[in-house]
Amino acid sequence: MNPSLGSSGQALVRPRRGIADYVETALPKVVLGPTLICALIFVYGFILWTAWLSFTESRILPRYDFAGLVQYVALFANDRWWIALKNLGIFGSLFILFCLATGLLLAILLDQRIRAEGFLRSIYLYPMALSFIVTGTAWRWILNPGLGFEHLVRQLGFEHFEFPLIVEPKTSIYAVVIAGAWQSTGFVMALFLAGLRGIDDAIIKAAQVDGAGPIRIYASIVIPSLRPVFFSSLIILAHIAIKSFDLVMALTGGGPGFSSDLPATFMYTFAFNRNQIGLGAASAMMMLMTVMAVIIPMIYSETRRQRHG
Amino acid sequence: MKRSLVAAALGAIALAPSAPLYAGGEVEVLHWWTSGGEAKSVAELKKELEAKGDTWKDFAVAGGGGETAMTVLKTRVVAGQPPTAAQVKGPQIQDWAAEGVLANLDDVGKADKWDSLLPPVVSNVMKYKGHYVAVPVNVHRVNWMWANPEVFKKAGAKIPTNWDEFMVAADKIQKAGFIALAHGGQPWQDATLFESVALGLGGAAWYRKAFVDLDQSALNSPTMEKAFSTLRAVQKYIDKDAANRDWNLATAMVINGKAGMQLMGDWAKGEFTAAGKVAGRDYICAPAPGTKGEFTFNIDSFIMFQQKDPSKQQAQKDLASAIMDVHFQEVFNLNKGSIPVRMGMNLDKFDQCAKDSAAEFASSAKGGTLVPSFAHEMAMPPAPKGAMFDVITAFMNTPSMTPKQAAQKMAAAGKQA
Amino acid sequence: MAEPYRTHAAGPQLIGRTVIYTLLILFALYYLMPLFVMVTTSLKTLDDIRAGNLLALPAQIGFDAWVKAWGTACTGVYCGGLKGNFMNSVSFVVPAVIISTLIGAFNGYVLTMWRFKGSDMLFTGLLIGCFIPFQVVLLPMAQTLGWLGIANSIPGLIFVHVVYGLAFTTLFFRNFYVTVPAELTKAARIDGAGFFTIFWRIILPLSPPIIVVCVIWQFTQIWNDFLFGVVFSSGQRQPITVALNNLVNTTTGVKEYNVDMAAAIIAAIPTLFVYVVAGKYFLRGLTAGAVKG
Repeated sequence: MNPSLGSSGQALVRPRRGIADYVETALPKVVLGPTLICALIFVYGFILWTAWLSFTESRILPRYDFAGLVQYVALFANDRWWIALKNLGIFGSLFILFCLATGLLLAILLDQRIRAEGFLRSIYLYPMALSFIVTGTAWRWILNPGLGFEHLVRQLGFEHFEFPLIVEPKTSIYAVVIAGAWQSTGFVMALFLAGLRGIDDAIIKAAQVDGAGPIRIYASIVIPSLRPVFFSSLIILAHIAIKSFDLVMALTGGGPGFSSDLPATFMYTFAFNRNQIGLGAASAMMMLMTVMAVIIPMIYSETRRQRHG
Repeated sequence: MKRSLVAAALGAIALAPSAPLYAGGEVEVLHWWTSGGEAKSVAELKKELEAKGDTWKDFAVAGGGGETAMTVLKTRVVAGQPPTAAQVKGPQIQDWAAEGVLANLDDVGKADKWDSLLPPVVSNVMKYKGHYVAVPVNVHRVNWMWANPEVFKKAGAKIPTNWDEFMVAADKIQKAGFIALAHGGQPWQDATLFESVALGLGGAAWYRKAFVDLDQSALNSPTMEKAFSTLRAVQKYIDKDAANRDWNLATAMVINGKAGMQLMGDWAKGEFTAAGKVAGRDYICAPAPGTKGEFTFNIDSFIMFQQKDPSKQQAQKDLASAIMDVHFQEVFNLNKGSIPVRMGMNLDKFDQCAKDSAAEFASSAKGGTLVPSFAHEMAMPPAPKGAMFDVITAFMNTPSMTPKQAAQKMAAAGKQA
Repeated sequence: MAEPYRTHAAGPQLIGRTVIYTLLILFALYYLMPLFVMVTTSLKTLDDIRAGNLLALPAQIGFDAWVKAWGTACTGVYCGGLKGNFMNSVSFVVPAVIISTLIGAFNGYVLTMWRFKGSDMLFTGLLIGCFIPFQVVLLPMAQTLGWLGIANSIPGLIFVHVVYGLAFTTLFFRNFYVTVPAELTKAARIDGAGFFTIFWRIILPLSPPIIVVCVIWQFTQIWNDFLFGVVFSSGQRQPITVALNNLVNTTTGVKEYNVDMAAAIIAAIPTLFVYVVAGKYFLRGLTAGAVKG
């Protein structure tokens, strides 16, 4: 970019260098400054603080004397922690996959010039507006065999219908997936719908003229051009999956037993309810490190890509 | 002229009271009593405090039997702004006191003679290194069994007095088409059930050794294994929909005649009363099998945080005094379904179950069979308690876990700091 | 609007449409079921609830639960329902949304139009802030707010929500402004316009779609937040989510499920309203490029 050339390409008088220019160069950084400072302190600073605590023997209140790796040893010896990690893997991947697939499917369906599109769209979108207590409580009842869905289907005549998802330790995490997906798919659908609507018609028409069928068009043109939407959705869904604390607490309480525990609920329980802040901090660090290892490369590569896009 | 005016002014100032008149302090009270009945009870305390000229600033945080409230408490303490009083019970009181943030309530304790009004088992929990740091509000009995006499009659069963009889009665009830034991599969309920089984089989002395002293040989013992194998047998009589069921829905099963028994603390009585049922006629309250003469207590209490403002300090003392006061003890416990912690009170207004409870409280205190409920955080600090909860719920949800393994895990849990 | 990609034969077209509509309706049922449960439960009496099954219609329709939830239910010693807490929530949600949106807009503007060395890396660094679970920062934040003297106050809550909302608002605006041609700003700069002038005159007028998206997202996140609300407020100043929790999660008291459901719906009305009414603008905002690039 060459500031000394005007829009017509002719050389202009060079603007006076001085305070004005200096201010202009500094201003963007100044504007961005507060946000960066906040991130530095309240994100990275706090992560460091938590890291420090994970090396101490903090119990009911924080203590700062160094105690080595004792909390990490205790963490890895804790059965409940491994279950929580496994659950995060199951829940995270299923939740994200389900939301992406269903969101895309619903967006494509809604894009087909449906009557009452706005109405249907509101129905798919409204769950995002609800808070965890509402979602968790309502789904807890629906999934309860004796009171909810199973009971209803049995009353309709299917005497032997069974749906014990939420009461079985092996499958309770899937109940969290169902409720979580219910809440978030609509938002992903909205993102995809917007993305679909933004695709340039000309390319599509050209492909149709060339004789490509609908499946081919979707597979080769539409879906690849939705890549940025996939990226944004992935960030939002990953963020929700990691933060899914309130939903688990309201839906299953981490149970039966602790079979639907997630690292976030584990950390909270040990730090705040069991007066084992040191152990909670260690689990928080493990959780954060796992997340960073996955998210950072992804974000960085996408951001660099977009720079040239 | 001026001089005399100045002199008069100085004189007036000199004659003014040297300390400001007590205008009342503010007490910010953190608690989790948010339901209608509980709120009414706490409102009584607010009234008493206001009668002394103080102000009550309510700070209610529900959830998890105080779990959320404890999170909030920690953050407030870390932020340097602890509430004036907080609802904390059991060994956690000592944990907080060890941090050096609690106020000393000895002068109120001496003035109101708490030592003579509370059994030593209770006053020890309220003290740290011999000084009062907490004031108890009520006594809940945890080892109750609630039964529906209609269901028992139809099944031809009788109220069990020990765990063998329990199996017999439960069998009969199940054969008659009812659910024998109404239960909610939440960790605290599992633990409540387990501790009654353990107490019923092991007795008060062993219970204390295992759950209060956290003695390894008592935890990893044949008695503990027997408790777990009995629990496994009891599990057969719980319906399969019990997972994550709220305790009051389980009580409703007994009220509605769908189930025969529930093992739950005395707050269950509130459900019966709300449904219009009468003790002795529509429902029976009996000690949990094998625990007659034994009393598992759960006591709600308030700790006070050190304050710099003298008016707040005085208000704290007023609060402590009001809590142990006869009138408050009566009204509060009538509303809440528990019994007064203050001994020697007139209990005419209380129902039969409460009277039985109070009598057993006094007799078990004398006889050494008054034990703290570990399931309700009265016996051990939160870390081992939480770890034991994990073992019990894992046991109940993992059919392949053996009683021997469970006992070993309990011993390991007892070592948690 | 993209052309529907269907073939022109009538038979497969009809089957195709039927399949599409069936799928859409099945999904709609999945989405509506919980709302149905909530609404019907809030209209039932307690006996009805105790006796019946949760997916049944109420025997009689009654609004008592709603009246109670709004005006007389107990959320502690105070038994005045949710109405006071409703206003509490408004008092911090609105400022927090406005401030975080404004700052996010400036950040997005800087990161796309006034790039400097390392600004992309800074952006990546910022995005990490999206992933911090709030439980992890509770204690350090409490300590910090205590030092700043704003713990346990409305300004403190606003501060916390702004700080943790910045990552998202910056993401939204930056992704949107990336699609604005750089020539616009270049031309303006050559013509002598400064940093703020370009923002007010050129960028801001293009921004309504993304402002809508950002406001909706932030409003929902902050209104529905529980953890910061419960920890950094107290007593009469508690937000509506905390009051709702107090109402619903009583431990040893009698539970009134109809009042609980009515209260939950009341707490959700502002966000529901925003999503349903502004949903159309939300979609327009997204279409206009919030998520492209």
